[in-house]
Amino acid sequence: MSSSAPALPKTIAAEGRAPGFLNNVRWGQLLIYAVLIIFSLAFLLPVYMVLLTSIKSTAEVDISSMWEFPRQIQFDSFRLAFDQLKIGLGNSLSLVIPGTVISAVLGSINGYVLSKWKFPGANIIFPLMLFGMFIPYQAIIIPLVQFLRTVSLYNSIPGLVLCHVVYGLPITTLIFRNYYSEVPDEMLEAGAIDGAGFFGLYWWIVLPISLPGFVVVIIWQFTQIWNEFLFGVTIAQGTPTVTVALQNLSGSQIVQWNVQMAAAFLAALPTLLVYILLGRYFIRGLLAGSIKG
Amino acid sequence: MSRGSKDRMIAILMLSPSVVLLAIFVYGFIGSTAYMSLTNLSTQMQLSEQLRKAQEKFIGLGNYNSFMTSPLDSRFRIGFVNTLFFTLLFILVCLVVGLLLAILLDQKIKGESIFRTIFLFPMALSFVVTGVVWRWLFNQNSGINLLPTLVGFPAGTFAWHTSQDQILQFDWVNFPIIVSILVVVIVVLPSLWYIVRQRSRIAMFILALALLANTYLLLIAAPGLRSAMVRPETHGFNLALLAVVLAAGWQMSGYTMAMYLAGLRGISEELREAARVDGCTEFGVYRRIIFPLLAPITLSAIIILGHISLKIFDLVYSMGGGDLLSIDMPGMFMWFETYRGFLPARGAAVAIIMLLLVAVVIIPYLWSSLRGEPENE
Repeated sequence: MSSSAPALPKTIAAEGRAPGFLNNVRWGQLLIYAVLIIFSLAFLLPVYMVLLTSIKSTAEVDISSMWEFPRQIQFDSFRLAFDQLKIGLGNSLSLVIPGTVISAVLGSINGYVLSKWKFPGANIIFPLMLFGMFIPYQAIIIPLVQFLRTVSLYNSIPGLVLCHVVYGLPITTLIFRNYYSEVPDEMLEAGAIDGAGFFGLYWWIVLPISLPGFVVVIIWQFTQIWNEFLFGVTIAQGTPTVTVALQNLSGSQIVQWNVQMAAAFLAALPTLLVYILLGRYFIRGLLAGSIKG
Repeated sequence: MSRGSKDRMIAILMLSPSVVLLAIFVYGFIGSTAYMSLTNLSTQMQLSEQLRKAQEKFIGLGNYNSFMTSPLDSRFRIGFVNTLFFTLLFILVCLVVGLLLAILLDQKIKGESIFRTIFLFPMALSFVVTGVVWRWLFNQNSGINLLPTLVGFPAGTFAWHTSQDQILQFDWVNFPIIVSILVVVIVVLPSLWYIVRQRSRIAMFILALALLANTYLLLIAAPGLRSAMVRPETHGFNLALLAVVLAAGWQMSGYTMAMYLAGLRGISEELREAARVDGCTEFGVYRRIIFPLLAPITLSAIIILGHISLKIFDLVYSMGGGDLLSIDMPGMFMWFETYRGFLPARGAAVAIIMLLLVAVVIIPYLWSSLRGEPENE
């Protein structure tokens, strides 16, 4: 991320060196680039600080020299941070995979039903389902904990998977419903004439064109589940997820700042990589959250 | 459609597990929380299960009344006032920064995708990561405060999230009156404008609701509070919230930018060109053509950001919010009451208040977004 920022001024400098620069310069354009670059630097500042602090040794981490470059670069803090986050990273990994896959599959089927098999009452049920993605989870978490205790899923990864699947259903259903709405009904009619039923149409016609929908949903759910904190800290303190582990580590006053920053970096890395590699789909999921995306 | 009724049954059958799950986990649990909020349930360890059950009784709106008036519950009111200030400022920052960046990125500039990536990447992070990182940057003797020294200015002294300063102070008994004035400015006047200009029925509905709310606030809540409060209690805008706004704005401005950019890309070049031909200046094109077309996006953004900020928990928690009353929020208070104070009934009451705040913005939004959709069949 941070390596892409310094590349920008160069392109402008190259433009600046072009002959006749002063004659046809568009100061408005320059101003636009200046503002954008200032904002970019501001947005990247925390990233720079994280990396700068992480590569300092404990001896060099001092609040008065926070912005100074270390005399000696070291990567021990990453090793220490990894040791402390290991369990959290593992737990999050074993949570995020089933959580994402199950909610994506259910969302796909729900979206298929709600867009292609409309039934009386569907227009009431769908908004009622959607409301579930906007509620503050504080309003359901007390009964949720009681429920998980009675079914012996409290303080366990399967319990967390259940929560993320259920409360992920509204958004996955929404994304797939909007996605399948774009599929012309004629395609399904043709299949129906050939004798395909509900599952046949899904398997032979809908599923083969669902890949982009699945990519958007999987990225979205992966990011959401990986980054989630309230369920983790309330339901599964015994099996901490990565965000809970990071919070525990930074909440305890004894951990050095270089280790904290390295831990923050490690915790952010998976979702950050997904975003950098598949940003286009990430943005689609983002905009789907505003319903009409 | 010509598909068989047997398959239609299968379709409904396939949807039903999700519907049943959500019915229980959303509506059933909300109902259970709402009921619990009307009791005095306690889960303190010393009490045996039986004793707990025996002590539990229905106390009506007791918890809610206590939050609004009891001298012991000023923490709730601090968080409540904080949420309102935070929400307003957070939305404002995200809208202004997001719109500015979107407009700049829409000027056919080079490296647009790089800029876009930079402005959006914080969205991929957890609020916990954001909180941990910004807490380090907000260190009073370091971090952001040291930045001015890099260019020769004296270091800043603002204590950021640990600041104790408060401005715009008011007495809690005046709170209903202040809210009713805000309702007039933010809701009543704009909806009047929409009614006159476009005869919008939604605006009439919203106006009716706002007038109803104001009647309640001025005729029932204000005198009630005045007689119930035993002593004056000062609240206000805690400057420490600026730190939370900055961190949250850093994370979420890219979101509004993406929404606005998607909107700007939907406005055709012909339309802009037509306006220019008609003699509009570049600024005029924005004022007369583009901003009006972006208005629905602004409304969506306000609602999405508003519901995020009203339920905010993890960012404040990771910035050390448990110990800092000046950045306390209902989400924090709810969690600490329930899981540290072992008073889930009171936690439930906070949660229901949060739910109501969110529902007020979300339900009309869901209703109006889905209403316009055509029905197949």
